[in-house]
Amino acid sequence: MTESTAPTAYLDHAATTPLCPEALEAMLPYLTEQYANPSGVYASARRARRAVDDAREQLASVLGCQPGEIVFTASGSEADNLAVQGVAPAGRAVASAVEHKAVLAPIGALGGVLAPVLADGRVDLERLGELLDSSVRLVSVMAVNSEVGVIQPVREVVDLVRTHAPGALVHCDAVQAVPWLDLTECLAGCDLLSVSAHKFGGPKGVGALVVRARARGLRPLMLGGGQERGRRPGTENVAGIVGAAVAAQITAAERTETVARVGALRDHLVDSLTAAWPGLAESVPRPLRVAGNAHLQLPDGVDGEELLWLCDERGVCGSVGSACASGAREPSHVLLAMGWTKAKARQAVRFSLGASTTAAEIDHAIEVVSSALARLAPGAA
Amino acid sequence: MRVLVAMSGGVDSSVAAALLIDQGHEVVGATMKLWGGVSDSGCCSVADVADARRVADRLGIDHHTFDFTEYFEAAVVDPYVSAHAEGRTPNPCAECNRHLKFRRFLDRARRLGFDAIATGHHAKVVRDAAGVPHLARGQDRKKDQSYVLAMLGAEQLERTLLPVGDYDKSEIRAIAQRLLLPTAAKADSQEVCFIARHGSAAGRQRFLEQRIALHPGRVLDQRSGEHLGDVAAVELVTIGQRRGLGLRGGLAGEDGAARRYALGVDVATRTVVVGEEAELATRFWPLSQWTSLDGSLPLGAVIEAQASAHGRPRRGVLEAGGVRLEEPARRVAPGQLVACYVGDEVVASGVVTAVPAGPRADA
Repeated sequence: MTESTAPTAYLDHAATTPLCPEALEAMLPYLTEQYANPSGVYASARRARRAVDDAREQLASVLGCQPGEIVFTASGSEADNLAVQGVAPAGRAVASAVEHKAVLAPIGALGGVLAPVLADGRVDLERLGELLDSSVRLVSVMAVNSEVGVIQPVREVVDLVRTHAPGALVHCDAVQAVPWLDLTECLAGCDLLSVSAHKFGGPKGVGALVVRARARGLRPLMLGGGQERGRRPGTENVAGIVGAAVAAQITAAERTETVARVGALRDHLVDSLTAAWPGLAESVPRPLRVAGNAHLQLPDGVDGEELLWLCDERGVCGSVGSACASGAREPSHVLLAMGWTKAKARQAVRFSLGASTTAAEIDHAIEVVSSALARLAPGAA
Repeated sequence: MRVLVAMSGGVDSSVAAALLIDQGHEVVGATMKLWGGVSDSGCCSVADVADARRVADRLGIDHHTFDFTEYFEAAVVDPYVSAHAEGRTPNPCAECNRHLKFRRFLDRARRLGFDAIATGHHAKVVRDAAGVPHLARGQDRKKDQSYVLAMLGAEQLERTLLPVGDYDKSEIRAIAQRLLLPTAAKADSQEVCFIARHGSAAGRQRFLEQRIALHPGRVLDQRSGEHLGDVAAVELVTIGQRRGLGLRGGLAGEDGAARRYALGVDVATRTVVVGEEAELATRFWPLSQWTSLDGSLPLGAVIEAQASAHGRPRRGVLEAGGVRLEEPARRVAPGQLVACYVGDEVVASGVVTAVPAGPRADA
């Protein structure tokens, strides 16, 4: 058996997606002949500047904002940090307990507070409302949870904030949302919004923070040159920014079709496995989640890490827990916030599908996961 | 065979993996993350995991990291803390081997389709004429680690490879250097990995006082009952201890007073009884929680009993309640492991039980 011919199934799109060919093609000139620094005063530099400006407009039209409101960063984590650290020191910060660590860590460092979530992973609006008053400067709630795929009630959060903490800004970490949701709706009420290119077919190393008018006082994390209107110094990642914009356009243009097709594949994966394996269940009701997410609670006694080891041996990629500094997988803080015990959190896996997922991959995954369960389930022969 | 090697990020387990590859086994490496707390050293720091991963890369094998922190806390740290709370002196390394490396790690390896696990311990698995595996001392007597593995049963030894045990430590380092392993010059690991500066009373105290209430204790002379001094935490005193008892004579006896040693610790009454070294001597080590290869004990056998990782073996006779020693030896703190050998092979192990500090039961 060689790697090139054996079937595989890449089902970890929430971690990263393959670079789409159109993005690669658009990037290549800027990795080769078109290497000029956009800040230069000569023709090739002006071409690079134009490429960045074009990309900024393209991304703005996908997200539904003004080009000047986009700040390109080196990652989604940097965009989250810029949002939180750029505005929150002026007052209290509040976030949901299931945010990405790129939000939780800076919120924690600033002495912020966390709003609990319901058992299904959605932020508890009642408890959030109780935390809001005029001292709050920032409220951060993600659009889609990275772990369980739950769509957060961002619009309701915005309404709550406008009512109870009218001076506060709303940040939405939309890193997981781009392939699945129309962000123009999401952005309508938000003041800050983060995205990351490699989660939707773009390259790694490019993120963006949308900074709307109410958040224009945002302070930069780093000091240096005047790039990104002084909000993010450093020579622009021209190729990456170009690739990100192309990927965003394609993703948005194909979104309706992708959601329908991938949703059907996800349903087939989950329904096949839950039908065959009593004790295997979806962690969160399906209608609450995005189309690409298959988060599964495993039969009692089956360790998620062991299941994924056996999957990996046969080319099926999934995810479990969250990575700690050592590379070990810790119980997910998202599941713990949802009220799961650590033991239960270890008996769960996430498969995440993406625009490039095929029916053949899903069939292979069903077969491999089934045979792994047959080996690991207590009492299995 | 398909072998899962427990790679701590140290030189011994690095070479263990290399030796197994050389012997033709299909080898995968895995590092157990055991402790999420802060520690200066140990088998679970991020740097050690990175070292293990780079060794695996160098050897061309796969490497994984297992997060066993909850199990470690439940099976090793919590019992360590409660033993101290009761005035016992536990051996967490032995418990880690018993519950983590040779139980949970081994079970996982079996489920994942491995025939055996391996570690970098300096000890040997030898087989008798019937093919039954026995644990034996490693080639390098100064580095021998059979003591901390003494509680393993036949079922565990059956699936355990200890390739390093056939070599001297200097040879292990030479192999690591020859293979350009990044861990070749790394210092040997510390004994208790989850406590920073475990060797110092202050380090242990800091760790324990965050978890249990520590109580000051009175230090009493065994004969006169005289109140000689005080200790900050009676839970931290170990039988045989001389320093840190708040006694002038304890340090060097400069003033002519006899050195005094802890003879007994009673957490309930918060007292430490001290006396001269001769009073620590005993001819009987009381043991319980016996383990042996097949569960049965070779009662009446003449054995050599060893009460610490590199302690001197003492000849004696194995009895149901402990070991009857040929020559008097120092008492061993309750909670400590005693490994019993015939020749180089471990035949049983037990845990020291508490005896009253007053009149000696074996007198």
